[in-house]
Amino acid sequence: MFNSNSSMPNTHFARFKTSKYAVKLDPMLKKRDDFEDMLEERRNSSDLRYALRCYTPVLYRGVTPCKSSVLKSMVLQSDHIHYVINQVSKETGRATDDVQEEASAILEEMAHRLQLSTVRFFAFTLSKIFKTLFRSICVNEEGIQRLQQAIQEHPVVLLPSHRSYMDFLLMSYLLYTYDLALPVIAAGMDFMGMKIVGEMLRMSGAFFIRRSFGGDKLYWAVFSEYVKTMLRNGFAPVEFFLEGTRSRTCKSLTPKLGLLNIVMDPFLKGEVFDISVVPVSISYERILEETLYARELLGVPKPKESTSALFKARKVLSEDYGSIHVYFGQPVSIRSMAEGRVNRCQFNLIPRHIPKRPDEDIHNFVNDSAYRLVRAQEENMVLKPWVLLASLLLQKHHQNQAPGQKRGIALEELTQQAVWLRDLSRQYGAFLHWPDHTSPSDVVYSSLSLHRGLVRISEGRLLNQAVIMLSCASYRNQALHVFIRPALLASAIHAASSNKKQEVFNSFSFLRNTFSNEFILCPGATVQDFEEACYLLVKTGVLQVNPQEVVVTERGHRTVAFLTALLEPFLQGYQVSQTNMTLLRYIEVLSSDLQKNTLAALLRLGAVRKINGYVAFNHPCVPVWFEWLEQQLNKTCKNKQAKVQHFSDSDISASMRKQLEFHTVMCIVRIFSLVAGISIRQIQSQTAYDFFHLFILPKIKLKRNEQDTRGEGTSP
Amino acid sequence: MASNSSGGSPDRQRIAQQRLRRIAGHLQRPVDGDSTIVAAECKAQGGKPDASSEGRTVPRRRQEIMKWNGWGYSDSRFLFNKKGQAEFTGKRYRLSGMIIPGLKDWMESTFGASLQHKIPATPILNSSAVQPPTLNDAFVDELKSTGIPFSHDAEDRVFRAHGHCLHEIFALREGKFGRVPDMVVWPSCHNDVVKIVELACKHNVCLIPYGGGTSVSSALECPPEETRSIVSLDTSQMNRILWIDEKNLTAHVEAGIVGQDLERLLNESGYCTGHEPDSMEFSSLGGWVATRASGMKKNIYGNIEDLVVHVKMVTPQGVIEKSCQCPRMSTGPDIHHFIMGSEGTLGVVTEVTVKIRPMPEYQKYGSVVFPNFEQGVACLREVAKQRCAPASIRLMDNEQFKFGHALKPQVSSIFTSFLDGLKKFYITKFKGFDPNRLCVATLLFEGDREKVLQHEKQVYNIAAKFGGLAAGEDNGQRGYMLTFVIAYLRDLGMDYYVIGESFETSVPWDRMFLEELGISLVKSHTAVTQTYDVGACVYFYFAFNYKGLSDPIHVYDEIVITSDGRKKEILANGGSLSHHHGVGKLRKKWMSQTVSNVGMGMLKSVKDYVDPNNIFGNRNLL
Repeated sequence: MFNSNSSMPNTHFARFKTSKYAVKLDPMLKKRDDFEDMLEERRNSSDLRYALRCYTPVLYRGVTPCKSSVLKSMVLQSDHIHYVINQVSKETGRATDDVQEEASAILEEMAHRLQLSTVRFFAFTLSKIFKTLFRSICVNEEGIQRLQQAIQEHPVVLLPSHRSYMDFLLMSYLLYTYDLALPVIAAGMDFMGMKIVGEMLRMSGAFFIRRSFGGDKLYWAVFSEYVKTMLRNGFAPVEFFLEGTRSRTCKSLTPKLGLLNIVMDPFLKGEVFDISVVPVSISYERILEETLYARELLGVPKPKESTSALFKARKVLSEDYGSIHVYFGQPVSIRSMAEGRVNRCQFNLIPRHIPKRPDEDIHNFVNDSAYRLVRAQEENMVLKPWVLLASLLLQKHHQNQAPGQKRGIALEELTQQAVWLRDLSRQYGAFLHWPDHTSPSDVVYSSLSLHRGLVRISEGRLLNQAVIMLSCASYRNQALHVFIRPALLASAIHAASSNKKQEVFNSFSFLRNTFSNEFILCPGATVQDFEEACYLLVKTGVLQVNPQEVVVTERGHRTVAFLTALLEPFLQGYQVSQTNMTLLRYIEVLSSDLQKNTLAALLRLGAVRKINGYVAFNHPCVPVWFEWLEQQLNKTCKNKQAKVQHFSDSDISASMRKQLEFHTVMCIVRIFSLVAGISIRQIQSQTAYDFFHLFILPKIKLKRNEQDTRGEGTSP
Repeated sequence: MASNSSGGSPDRQRIAQQRLRRIAGHLQRPVDGDSTIVAAECKAQGGKPDASSEGRTVPRRRQEIMKWNGWGYSDSRFLFNKKGQAEFTGKRYRLSGMIIPGLKDWMESTFGASLQHKIPATPILNSSAVQPPTLNDAFVDELKSTGIPFSHDAEDRVFRAHGHCLHEIFALREGKFGRVPDMVVWPSCHNDVVKIVELACKHNVCLIPYGGGTSVSSALECPPEETRSIVSLDTSQMNRILWIDEKNLTAHVEAGIVGQDLERLLNESGYCTGHEPDSMEFSSLGGWVATRASGMKKNIYGNIEDLVVHVKMVTPQGVIEKSCQCPRMSTGPDIHHFIMGSEGTLGVVTEVTVKIRPMPEYQKYGSVVFPNFEQGVACLREVAKQRCAPASIRLMDNEQFKFGHALKPQVSSIFTSFLDGLKKFYITKFKGFDPNRLCVATLLFEGDREKVLQHEKQVYNIAAKFGGLAAGEDNGQRGYMLTFVIAYLRDLGMDYYVIGESFETSVPWDRMFLEELGISLVKSHTAVTQTYDVGACVYFYFAFNYKGLSDPIHVYDEIVITSDGRKKEILANGGSLSHHHGVGKLRKKWMSQTVSNVGMGMLKSVKDYVDPNNIFGNRNLL
């Protein structure tokens, strides 16, 4: 397969064959490639020479790279754009020239202007920055070879996971390093707002798309034609993030289908033979935006992307962010995915340039593919010991919440549990990067010291801080994909009224359905997931499954307890949103991400419904609930000043109880904002309470009146 | 590749727009009666004056703009005004609002009709005379839930119970209604039709597809023996052009669109289908497909079977369509040929991909006078042999030529009438043509200007060999205009005891004459309307005055339709049962004779498979 390697201009492959980062794998489990540290060479040779070296990537079928201006005119002259321009001009009564101009303005705003000089500049600066920030950047070079092969054969789509702003710079940096064709990257418009930097990103291959352009036909046409033109001609690999945005929780987000639909189109319409999709898993030992995310989840607004903010953020340079693992997964052929699933004949009946909403079977296919690809990303995510530690610490923390108990956990106990969890997760197929040659306690100790911002070792005990919980939870979330299916089963067993297999399955199915906005659970794969979970739990001796019953074994209780505890915060989060707020035990419940997912799930399940764009609960006791909230708010409002103080200072050392109280209120406000259909970002621009009284209460009252006037008819 | 299409486009667009403006100008009634004929004039004059690009001709309640008991638009009709002069009302046609001085004499001399003896039609539809609808409640309930509009109003139902055969219209004028559909549904897209057909199958309801309602084969008559609820499926609201593919020169169109809308909308994009059957103002694309229609310009554009690239039809067994839109396939018998000519017995045609052509740059009418019909036919045959037939070539016999003259509007200028007189003098006196024998061929040339002129020369040279004399564009154009108004004229005749009918057949070249076809009618016109390599399509028009006869329809039947002898004679003499009108119920008794018993068996087995419960129960064809 890699015979052609000898002719490759690349010399990296031969160099680090004996890497200390090679991961030992359970032979039972999936074969994964070894990693090489690509930063090592950067530390040993000149960055400048590296940035100026001869860069001659191999391209798809030897196409010559296309100037961005040529690309633009190709797009504007395409039949598709012509068709849509005429359509728009017919519908709106505007002159075609006018619409044409708008199209070309849209393209101008969107298009990348890839320039090698800028790429070289980034190569130089990023080398410097990466070397300071990270201990190592490990890449599976076999994956790189596969990618190189794929690029020559078919148009390629790169699908990296998205955890950090870093991701796409890192991707381009790596591809440059390995002498691969530089990708063009779909980036959010937010970046374009950054002076100079935005343009530099553009010159390094980013193209900018608006976050939402719902009904704008012309925008959609220009955008999709732009992507398709690049793909069809194989000018460059197209890179985008399936998750649509950075995951603030480190949990994979449910995939967004828009761009995937677009890139599949040329294949479905028979314009290219095949398209290779390469899932790329980027795992950070410590995420640059760690605290930023936690705050964002609590409602502190995302700082607007700006050059000055970037400049200010340079203080991160002084910190140690551990290592990065980048795993280029097996290229997936869209052709083989579609085999037997999609009847491409249907596309013969409509001219290719006429845009058409995908039929249901295509939609389902794209959706399933998207989930499969996200799962492929998840599978190759490297888990650091810290991830396991975070899971354990969080669970311990909750067990210790009873008053009078000392918080924290003994270091030895933690180490011992960590080793147990390490073995468990390996059995479940986790891609765990646990240095086997060092003693477990050293591993634990070094992990903790890397994350000293989050946990502190005080006289052998760890003290957790409230605000930091969410950061920890994010790390724990990295391991969720390994445990999610067994955990759902464990919780299902816990919740089911008997051991009957059918009942456990029903309970499993309910939980799975409820959480399908929260975790990556392939639609329609309930039975497979159930079987997979059973298989894993039986394999590890936790369960005994016979055709009628599901029984937890004696030695399985520990695992079951761990697994149920893993899901517990989510379960509570969903309950809180549905019933009341008084029983707040898990700080994670405050996470806006959780609330958003809850609301989506509730909407999906029909528990709430939208009224004129607002969301209303389909529950007869809603008015009661509103009243209770008002009382709560009146109570807490008395201490308003003090709390807002806390908030603005974000004084971590302040008493946790008070903080919790404050965040409870924030959380209520946020839920209301969701209910009232106001975006969260608006809320933080003002003092929360003022905002609540000014905007939300009137709306609630209004809605209550509405409900009153509508009478019984609206409630089920 | 992409740049090619766009490079030429602004230029092409400009030309198209120019042309459109020109055509729009001609669709309006000319200001002074006898303006010069412009090349690009389109025959489809029926465009509504208020038609915007989105405007469609046919409303759900057709009776709002069309006659319920006669042909065409309510506002357009022939009548004799107070001065006793014939006049054509309305504003839609070139002839509209004009006095036609010759018509009265022609009617009196040809049929012995008299303005004193008038027999007006029942003016208003008497709803109580219509059978109350037999509704299938379960079907109606489920149909309601789909939101597809429907009606069981008597007017709506009566309107869809007939085509335009003489006996059908005659009965309506008398206020007599037979079995009529029990309700009418108006699907607005393919999926609506799928739902309706599913429901019909579920509840065992009889469906009769209805397109333009211009059938002349009793195809729309409800079988009197049908006991189930009969639902007329009116496709008129499925009238969008879904897309135009300029690369492959195809358009994908909903089947309910009527010919004039299709051409008008395509013309807006600079294209046309070129399919212009005489009924194109009202007949629908789906109807053309279902009856194997023929357009007068088939020499350039082909008949419907040549134009159709892809058809989607909803049948009780599901949707039938090909998986591609290829130019030709060798995949067994062409399934399109099960659909084309199925006359609504297998399903509803919902969407059709048709070939389109860029609009012709130049159009020119022409006419040739021959000393007699035989010479004319010989000329047509030679033209066909040399394969140089213009877009349309038609030959009218002497009777029809006179009829055409009778329809000449009053000329406003003395100069034109002087010229006409001069022409007549030249032909009859100078060239020695017998005015009672001469006949005329009308011609329509299309293409780019130079080729048209060259082509014209070639055809006139051939004509000269057969004694033909070029007789000017005006005569040619009037010939084509006639086809649009002749149907209106029948209503006028019926007001004065004159009933008329036309029928058509196709025959080989060696059997072109009435005698050869075993037809000897007292008063009949003959016209050759289409020519092929091996033969031609022949039309017979005949009419007579029935004043004094007790049951005119019976008389009429005896003469033409049920007199098996005539039709049998045509068949026995090598003519076809129909060239393009179809079989319907009127001619189905001759089907097995035409296609053989085995052929009938083949067709029947298709019907049995596709529609075992006879949901599409109009009982045409078989």
